[in-house]
Amino acid sequence: MTNGWIDIKNTDMMLIMGGNPAENHPCGFKWAIEAKRNRNAKMIVVDPRFTRTAATADLFLQIRAGADIAFLGGLVNYAIQNNRLAKEYLLNYTNASFLVKEGFQLPENGLYSGFDPATQTYDKSTWNYQEGGNMAGKAAPIDRPAATAAPAPAVLPPNVAYDLALEHPRCVFQLLKKQYARYTPETVERITGIPKDQFLKAADLFTSIRKDGDTKKVASVIYAVGWTQHTVGTQIIRTAAILQLMLGNVGRAGGGVNALRGHSNIQGATDMAGVFDLLPGYLKMPRPEDTDLAAYLKRVTPTVSKPGPWDSFSYWSNTPKFAVSLLKALYGPAATKQDDWAFHYLPKIDRQYSWTQLWDRMYRGEVKGLLSFGMNGVMIGPDTKKNIAALKKAEWLVVGELYPDETSEFWRAPGTTTEQMRQIQTTVYRLPCAGFAEKDGSFTNSARWLQWKNAALPPPGDARLDQDILAQIFLRVRDLYKKEGGKFPDPILNAAWSYTDPQHPSLSEVTKEINGKALADLKDEKTGQEIKTGQQLPGFAWLKDDGTTAAGNWIYCGAWTEAGPQLARRGTEDPSGLGIYPNWAWSWPANRRVLYNRASCDVEGKPWDPSRKQVWWNEAAGRWVGNDVPDFKADSPPKDHMGPFIMNPEGVGRIFAPLAAFAEGPFPEHYEPMESPVKNPLHPNQSNNPVVKKFTTAEDVYGTVEQGFTVICTTYRLTEHYHYWTKHNPMNVETVPEPFVEISADMAKDYGIEGGETIKVTSARGTYIAKAFVTRRIKAMLIDGKKMHQIGIPIHWGYRGIAEDAGKTANTPANLLTPTVIDPNAFTPEFKGFLVKVEKA
Amino acid sequence: MSQATLEIRAISGHAGSVPGAGVKRELEVCKLIDTTTCIGCKACEVACLEWNGLTFSETTFQNSYQTMPETAWNYWNLIKFNEHERDDGSLMLLMRKDQCMHCEEPGCLAACPADGAIVQYANGIVDFQQDRCIGCGYCITGCPFNIPKFSPQARKVFKCTLCADRVTQGLEPACIKSCPTGCLHFGTKAEMKELADHRATQLREHSGFAKAGVYDPSGVGGTHVIYVLHDASDPEVYGGLPADPHVPWTVQLWKKPLKWLGNLAIVAGVAGVFIHYLRYGPKTVPEDLQGGKP
Repeated sequence: MTNGWIDIKNTDMMLIMGGNPAENHPCGFKWAIEAKRNRNAKMIVVDPRFTRTAATADLFLQIRAGADIAFLGGLVNYAIQNNRLAKEYLLNYTNASFLVKEGFQLPENGLYSGFDPATQTYDKSTWNYQEGGNMAGKAAPIDRPAATAAPAPAVLPPNVAYDLALEHPRCVFQLLKKQYARYTPETVERITGIPKDQFLKAADLFTSIRKDGDTKKVASVIYAVGWTQHTVGTQIIRTAAILQLMLGNVGRAGGGVNALRGHSNIQGATDMAGVFDLLPGYLKMPRPEDTDLAAYLKRVTPTVSKPGPWDSFSYWSNTPKFAVSLLKALYGPAATKQDDWAFHYLPKIDRQYSWTQLWDRMYRGEVKGLLSFGMNGVMIGPDTKKNIAALKKAEWLVVGELYPDETSEFWRAPGTTTEQMRQIQTTVYRLPCAGFAEKDGSFTNSARWLQWKNAALPPPGDARLDQDILAQIFLRVRDLYKKEGGKFPDPILNAAWSYTDPQHPSLSEVTKEINGKALADLKDEKTGQEIKTGQQLPGFAWLKDDGTTAAGNWIYCGAWTEAGPQLARRGTEDPSGLGIYPNWAWSWPANRRVLYNRASCDVEGKPWDPSRKQVWWNEAAGRWVGNDVPDFKADSPPKDHMGPFIMNPEGVGRIFAPLAAFAEGPFPEHYEPMESPVKNPLHPNQSNNPVVKKFTTAEDVYGTVEQGFTVICTTYRLTEHYHYWTKHNPMNVETVPEPFVEISADMAKDYGIEGGETIKVTSARGTYIAKAFVTRRIKAMLIDGKKMHQIGIPIHWGYRGIAEDAGKTANTPANLLTPTVIDPNAFTPEFKGFLVKVEKA
Repeated sequence: MSQATLEIRAISGHAGSVPGAGVKRELEVCKLIDTTTCIGCKACEVACLEWNGLTFSETTFQNSYQTMPETAWNYWNLIKFNEHERDDGSLMLLMRKDQCMHCEEPGCLAACPADGAIVQYANGIVDFQQDRCIGCGYCITGCPFNIPKFSPQARKVFKCTLCADRVTQGLEPACIKSCPTGCLHFGTKAEMKELADHRATQLREHSGFAKAGVYDPSGVGGTHVIYVLHDASDPEVYGGLPADPHVPWTVQLWKKPLKWLGNLAIVAGVAGVFIHYLRYGPKTVPEDLQGGKP
């Protein structure tokens, strides 16, 4: 989240889309209710189903799963056409005025400039800004033709051309206007199935916060995996970000683009690089071409790119400090300057290792074994059948779990015969792990707060803490390397492991290591503050690239200082009344509660809304001060025009995302889901995402309408269950005992299905059988003029659980149906909006 | 809330005046349920099970999110889900937490013949004392909200206690504590009425619910559980919330105006038996049934 859970109470307007917080985040949803109750805030809910969130909304629109960009693009168009914009913000805090290269083309035919159909990739060199100065009134292109010699890697120009009148045909704003002029209310209706009048009602309501030049009101966009789980997931979120930048809602209390994280600590996992292409703190993973640290740092450290008169902090220019401190934390004394800070110890990613790709490689026999902790591998990926087949080909599987789960019992999935079981050679080790109440440590929530928790009770029986199991594995592997050597033992032998009890590393020690400490005496020349060798660092501003600091994750630096565990703080003071609670836990970065909060002020440094004062410029003190920690260079005066988006080299928000920021293009474009009931009404010849990642084994099949897969299917969670484990808990099972398929009353009539009747849902990959839940909360839709049905399947059931273990059912996982196809940016599978057929069972 | 609020105000099946009644009036408690901010998460259902140690019972899918069709002897708190179409064609998903309403004039108590099996405390809570319950089920007939439920195993009747045990200790009921959105509130009746009226006004003025209002039915003297409804003119759509609940006239007649008749019948019955004895002597078993084989 750019903002935080409690901050939602400050909003005037909510667009909840691609998420169902009332059901999946009920505790956090209280703040949406607070906004309604205390501020008369309005709530618009857009979802394929009328959910329990929709039940409390002021306006609900039923959308076809997978049509989100069309809807949001329609909002962008509406805001521009009706002048519902935050003009000063747009001009000064976004790249709206920047000029884009002449060769750049909008995707009127479905493709941006630079597409190579043979490789299905883009040459992105035209997706860039023009070099130059103030271009107001000068419409003629000033771009020189590209050099014909071997092109240097494209970089952002340092001195960007711009037009503050926003009239130059190549300026971002004019291109944006042109791009989304195609997303008319009629087109939105054809693609999304939302009738034009309803769309206009929602567009008018959402943008009403900028009616008649109002700059005080704020709108929040709230989403979850209903946006990410598409082949264009990242670009859906991009469209929301564009909309929020245009309306001036980012950085403000009650605003922002807010991702609701669906597991405890999924935010922490992301921050700590539970993703293959990142290192902790969102540092980029080295690639094979990064032959040394200098080459790596050159590639990943951005250089400033902005209009001449403006200033840009470009905080990622500190990347070398973060990277060297990380290497010092990872390899301790072995990371020396002479040895390039042990950069060559780091693995270099030569290919993509996302979840679906990993299982694909296991299916192909390339991945030999899997350590599966804190998850249920068979269930969470697309195409369960392929996942089970993949595990059959692995040599070994280690599962750390509380329950016998579907992964550790893949070999007896429903339908597996005794003869087939005999042929499975995979050795399965099931280790009893501790449950969440038996572990201490911290969770990072959606609001980026690190919160420390204590263990409530010891693990029962033989169950062990995850870190104890991992320590055992690590120490024994290290012993093997010590005894037997190996191709490259150094990274293992030299990995820092300086815990008091190496067999049982305490999580407080690990957290302190992540925060980081001084490896030499440090002194801040400006303030005179000193930090002695061995002391915990107070914040990431202290990090150095000379080996005198270590930090396992720069953004977590400040979480556990010499003053103690900041993340365990429990202060309930809220002097501003904005729900900032500065002394409760600790929020990254630097305990800031709202990111980019400089943008909550006008150019002069005064809050847009004096009743919601977050930070402001104090002329007398010559500093930014406030209720929140300013997310800005504290002493940069407003007259210097430093951009509030300090993590971008431009210093401003990106309405146009240049170069390699995204796989599909600088502006989002509506592409149909991989399995779609219609050809893309915008460009039928380029219906899907042109750079989507598909798979090619015999299992990877995709259905079409012609094959009879005519029903749109989406998957989701219920409030009564939590993923795949609550089916082991009697109270959850009592509240929702069985799987079901939600179908509309219209569809039930068309198909002759009664509520409670068992039905069979089939996709190109598998079959799912459950009872029909006939409801008026889903309705048949008109998509591109054709009547279509949409159904929903909750994901919670499988073949292990109370009822399953009692032999009463043999439920099938919902992911038997879902396609193995992923978003090319975030590698998320398309669990929403695929095609099925429905029959009576 | 102090211990004093558990002074008994009314008592079932008891002859004569209630000890201590009317001496002083302690604050009356009230639970406010704002159906317009309920998200049907069922945290209250689970909290109720856990606090009251209620046992697991197997349920089946009912073509609804609703856990079971109605409350049960071991399931005292149930959210009722109803899909409701408004006049303009827009859909509503109504979610109403159903449980004992703790009536000011409780029909269950009026109907109960067992001495002390149902009590009403000075704070307004109506509580069942299972050790005194004779399992006759009259309370079930007396309730206009279909709340008390008979347990075939225990042969007694159970229902929500408004967590009288927690309330005496100054705590809110378990359901209130668990509610994530704050759609449940707990306090004095006066406070809750004020809060409810405030919310209903807000709904009328800002949310387009012209008929929003508070449900505190006078037919049972008001209740210690009150609702804010989007449309107070049509409570039936919220899973059969009665528009104008009354204690059934049979119970009312039998327990009040006609009570003398019942008493007379008992006296007459005893007298009849005595007269029968005087006239015909002890009852004997006919010869042909004595020691006879089938």
